[in-house]
Amino acid sequence: MGISHQLFSMLKADRGGRIFLAVLLGVAVLMPVLHLVVPESSALHLSSYWMTLVGKYMAYAMMALAVDLVWGYCGILSLGHAAFFALGGYAMGMYLMRQIGPRGVYGDPVLPDFMVFLNWKELPWFWHGFDMFWFAMAMVVLVPALLALAFGWFAFRSRVTGVYLSIITQAMTYALMLAFFRNDMGFGGNNGFTDFKDLLGFDLHKRTVQTTLFVATAIFLALSYLACRYVVSSRAGRVVAAVRDAESRTRFIGYRVENYKLWVFTFSAIIAGIAGALYVPQVGIINPSEFSPINSIEVVIWVAIGGRGTLYGAIAGAVLVNYAKTAFSTALPSAWLYFLGLLFVLTTLFLPRGFIGLGRQLASRKPAAPAPAEAKA
Amino acid sequence: MINRLLLTALFALLALPALAQQSPPDASTSTAASAAATSLESLLAQFPDADFATKRDLVTALAGNGSPAALNVLSAMLDGRLFYRLTDKIVVVAEKDSDPLTVVDARTGQALPSAPAAEFDRVTTNNGLRKALRGAIAQAQLSSADAAVRLAAVDELTRNLDEESVALLRAHLASEKDAAVREATENALAITDLQSAEPATRGAAISSLKDSLDNEVFARLSAMAGKGEDAAQVDPDPAVRAAAAAAVKHMQRWRSFYSSIETLLFGLSLGSVLVLAGIGLAVTFGVMGVINMAHGELMMLGAYTVYVVQQLMPNHIGVSIIVAIPAAFLVAGLFGVLIERGIVRYLYGRPLETLLATFGVSLVLQQLVRDVFSPNNRPVETPQWMAGSLQINDVLAITYSRLYIILFTLAVFFLLLAVLKRTRLGLEVRAVSLNRNMARAMGIRTEWVDALTFGLGSGIAGVAGVALSQLTNVGPNLGQSYIVDSFMVVVFGGVGSLWGTLTAGTSLGVSSKLLEPAVGAVLAKILVLVFLIIFIQRRPRGLFPQKGRAAEG
Repeated sequence: MGISHQLFSMLKADRGGRIFLAVLLGVAVLMPVLHLVVPESSALHLSSYWMTLVGKYMAYAMMALAVDLVWGYCGILSLGHAAFFALGGYAMGMYLMRQIGPRGVYGDPVLPDFMVFLNWKELPWFWHGFDMFWFAMAMVVLVPALLALAFGWFAFRSRVTGVYLSIITQAMTYALMLAFFRNDMGFGGNNGFTDFKDLLGFDLHKRTVQTTLFVATAIFLALSYLACRYVVSSRAGRVVAAVRDAESRTRFIGYRVENYKLWVFTFSAIIAGIAGALYVPQVGIINPSEFSPINSIEVVIWVAIGGRGTLYGAIAGAVLVNYAKTAFSTALPSAWLYFLGLLFVLTTLFLPRGFIGLGRQLASRKPAAPAPAEAKA
Repeated sequence: MINRLLLTALFALLALPALAQQSPPDASTSTAASAAATSLESLLAQFPDADFATKRDLVTALAGNGSPAALNVLSAMLDGRLFYRLTDKIVVVAEKDSDPLTVVDARTGQALPSAPAAEFDRVTTNNGLRKALRGAIAQAQLSSADAAVRLAAVDELTRNLDEESVALLRAHLASEKDAAVREATENALAITDLQSAEPATRGAAISSLKDSLDNEVFARLSAMAGKGEDAAQVDPDPAVRAAAAAAVKHMQRWRSFYSSIETLLFGLSLGSVLVLAGIGLAVTFGVMGVINMAHGELMMLGAYTVYVVQQLMPNHIGVSIIVAIPAAFLVAGLFGVLIERGIVRYLYGRPLETLLATFGVSLVLQQLVRDVFSPNNRPVETPQWMAGSLQINDVLAITYSRLYIILFTLAVFFLLLAVLKRTRLGLEVRAVSLNRNMARAMGIRTEWVDALTFGLGSGIAGVAGVALSQLTNVGPNLGQSYIVDSFMVVVFGGVGSLWGTLTAGTSLGVSSKLLEPAVGAVLAKILVLVFLIIFIQRRPRGLFPQKGRAAEG
């Protein structure tokens, strides 16, 4: 009762969110139908290529949500969020590797192929338990959360802010990337994990299973959106926004700024981890390059282009930029970096509020235009 | 050990052609030399009909002759390049074993018309003769006037010590004047004495070898002390064994001393690279507060400038690096001014936006380089004067490139310090960074200063790129790999403090090199990064925080 009432009033004030959820619902229903029900001969049939692509975009959109939550609402520019995404992905990947069982190339009943290749005799301690789905899923949430909690605990308490924080988050993901590239870390070195067979006993190569994953991703994206919206429109969310706008003042009023920051950061890391876990079975591979600093920066640019501090803007940005990337890399591979680079420069110079804010920016030029109806969350 | 072998081989290679080039006509000016030349001629004349025993006598006689031409004949004979013409039995030296043969007259060194190999017969050798030849060559080299040639000969003899070479060395020791050659000879003799049947001789040899840093000596003594793998080499006499053990201990102390100096130098040179990468950033980030994520790409531009300069002057590689330094400064500085005027100036006071915009610039620059040059690494040559290494002893060798980069970094650092502290521009830069409005009120054109400061920082990045071109691959990704490091150095040192950057860079370099032997290069890097993350959280303002009002911004 209470929840649904809250949800209703929350969405009533969130026009962009309503549009986004409607579109998402359309995509989550229509695409599986076009993929599974419409026969392949039909012109309306959607190939698995598109299913995987859009599924990937939705995972990226969750990632963008996570970054928008910390950057757009709390003013923490994290250049290391890809680390949480990759950790979630690795946790899922470890489960999928254990599911392969004796079907690997070397046929070892327990050890994944790369361990046999490295001549390891037994499973490292941190691989135990990953044969159980519930345990792996708990790790998808816990590992990024604990890292964020530990990292944020030290960083926010000692009041590392602004660019300093950005730089150390970047250093964090860089260090993790170097670590995961090492063969003897026990995470498959630079090849990472691939060649997954099945998830919960369902064959990952089956179209129905892929479609189920697609729908699951859509559901998680919707849930993350609602959760983020709930957080930012709650009382605590207002304090978080206050931290972004005037940190010292908020502290002087008597709020424990570092606690708010820490919880938002951790929550955001969890969303990023789940996004990673949804991403891995759909693309079928995870390797240490997911940790690379440029990935984190790309997420930031999705959010900046879409419009930070709006949530739905971040999602729109993620989908737009990634679609542009897909289109460019097939048509004009060398032009992609120019395009992305110019996007960075032009959006920061001319679109401080992103494309979503463009309408508002234009509207505010006309003195007669009425003030935007939606309340700023 | 490898270094030493290479060095010896190098000396030998350098020495032989040098000897071969001295033509007999020069030598024939003095009467003594002309006597030698005639006897050389008569000796050579006997070769075509000689049997192995005679040849052996001839070789000994030639070695006693001692002229460069004789030496040349001996080494040619050892290599199987000594022939005689079937028609007139003139002995010739071939350049290499080919058909037709390119030959010179062994007596005069004059080139003869090349002819089919069938017109010549080889002066054949056998095992015994080759051994004699080696000894004879060493003997001839030992009587050379050049100390380096003598040293190379001693080293050559030391490597395969047998009765003959020991006898040669013993005979040579008496006449040797040069200290280094003398020491090498004594070392070689002491090594033979280690195998003596007499415990006293072995003991004396051990005590005379105690201060040697030679790898061979160290291995022998460890084996005698019972620390080697071969039980047969352990000395039977307990007193000698104890002496050997003591000597090994003594040597180990020195060896670890020298190897720690080497690690220190490695660390300093790595630190210098970090300082070079960070120092430009210390200006743009530290003084101006601008996060320039394209800093690495400006270094990359500097490195490509070296490539372009080398393409323009392919015949003067040695000079090209010197020319490239100001060129790289100008190129990167110009790009820096463009970035500042085009983008950064609209974003002052919004560091996070600056970070994103300059990151965009870095992507564009990378792609630009890929399109203009190539996505692959470009070859950049190392000038002759930077190659090679300074061999101090068997344990310690410093490559010149490391030495130069340390010196270069210091030069750049002090130059920058001088610019900031001693010039009008530096004064204005510091004034603007302290209080922009007040500076403007005093009549400083702040916009102009901003552009120049950014250009200065970027130009130094370009200069750093010149140094990097000598150390790593010059490719589009060069900048990316240094950006995290250089920010770390600046933040660790304390933003706005040049001395902090210097301290931070060198200490990070040295500590990661110290960690490397224990944990490996990658883990060392990770540990340093983790340390930095923790350090920044403890002291967010770095090692040398700015004090006073400047810190408040």
